[in-house]
Amino acid sequence: MNEPAAGKPKFIYVTYIRTTADKLWAALTEPEFTRRFWFDTTQESEWRPGSSWRLMAPDGRVADAGQVLEADPPRRLVLTWRHEISPEMKAEGFSRLTYLLEQQGDTVKLTLTHEAPASKSKFLDSVSDGWPVILASLKSLMETGEPLDATRKWPEGM
Amino acid sequence: MPEFKPKTVFTPKTVYVTYIAATPEKVWQALTDPAFTRQYFGAFDVDVEPRTGGAFFLRYPDGRVHISGKVVDWGPPRRFACTWLVEGVENFGDLPECLVTYEIEPAGKSVRLTMTEAHSWDIPQAVLAGGQSGWPAILSGLKSVLETGKPLSIEMKPPEGFMDAVRKVIAEKPWLR
Repeated sequence: MNEPAAGKPKFIYVTYIRTTADKLWAALTEPEFTRRFWFDTTQESEWRPGSSWRLMAPDGRVADAGQVLEADPPRRLVLTWRHEISPEMKAEGFSRLTYLLEQQGDTVKLTLTHEAPASKSKFLDSVSDGWPVILASLKSLMETGEPLDATRKWPEGM
Repeated sequence: MPEFKPKTVFTPKTVYVTYIAATPEKVWQALTDPAFTRQYFGAFDVDVEPRTGGAFFLRYPDGRVHISGKVVDWGPPRRFACTWLVEGVENFGDLPECLVTYEIEPAGKSVRLTMTEAHSWDIPQAVLAGGQSGWPAILSGLKSVLETGKPLSIEMKPPEGFMDAVRKVIAEKPWLR
């Protein structure tokens, strides 16, 4: 859901996943998991406040990069995030991503908030399109052991 | 038979997209068969006349009506739209009906499911928040039921300020202005 906020627009998405917050935190941060549900990408970071953070395409290019602003495992992770491949979206500057993990019984409520870098943002349109399939695939992976087929491979031509 | 046309113009306000490892037919069944809805849709049984213009209900387990409406689009297995009137809660039935549309599209070996909730009036954010907190839980549950055979146990409660916001609009009826 895209909500017009005062200033910069943001994309908010909530999903409920039958797992533990610890397992979900690991899935969001450890390359052997992210590769499986996130288009074969890997992330590199020490996941501490101030650490740098990078999302690498399968061919080794840096697709997105930023800094860890807050890391409170397994509850809350806040990153700055700039796209690095498309010059147009790179020029928009840094967006801000927040993952909030709330354990509710045997299920985790995951709330993702991606705040646009600018009031008009091609980048936000792009991630608004991408997050639902990535997070649906993450949910499938956690609950069934298999991600969705749609997120196995890096999209051709990107 | 004349085609059913809603007289009202509905504007999309809330959209939720998810992807499910299932066939379009299976997702269609999960939306229209009470054996499925009672597992993920707040324990409600869907009761729908399978035709455009038909009656649509979500019923409590004892048969009482929670939601009533009309089928605006019956297009298995791709598109299912119906109007919604909340009858089962206090004076919520005084609110104008909204339009809920499900679109089911093949996406590789999976299905992309898009739910759109549309309204005919300038509905305040605090009232929209009810659906915006409910849909992710409902549709996450639907996905789990189809992919794992097991429903999720999610505690559903209205967001803070929601009930008050609804009472306020029911008292003021801004859609009549």
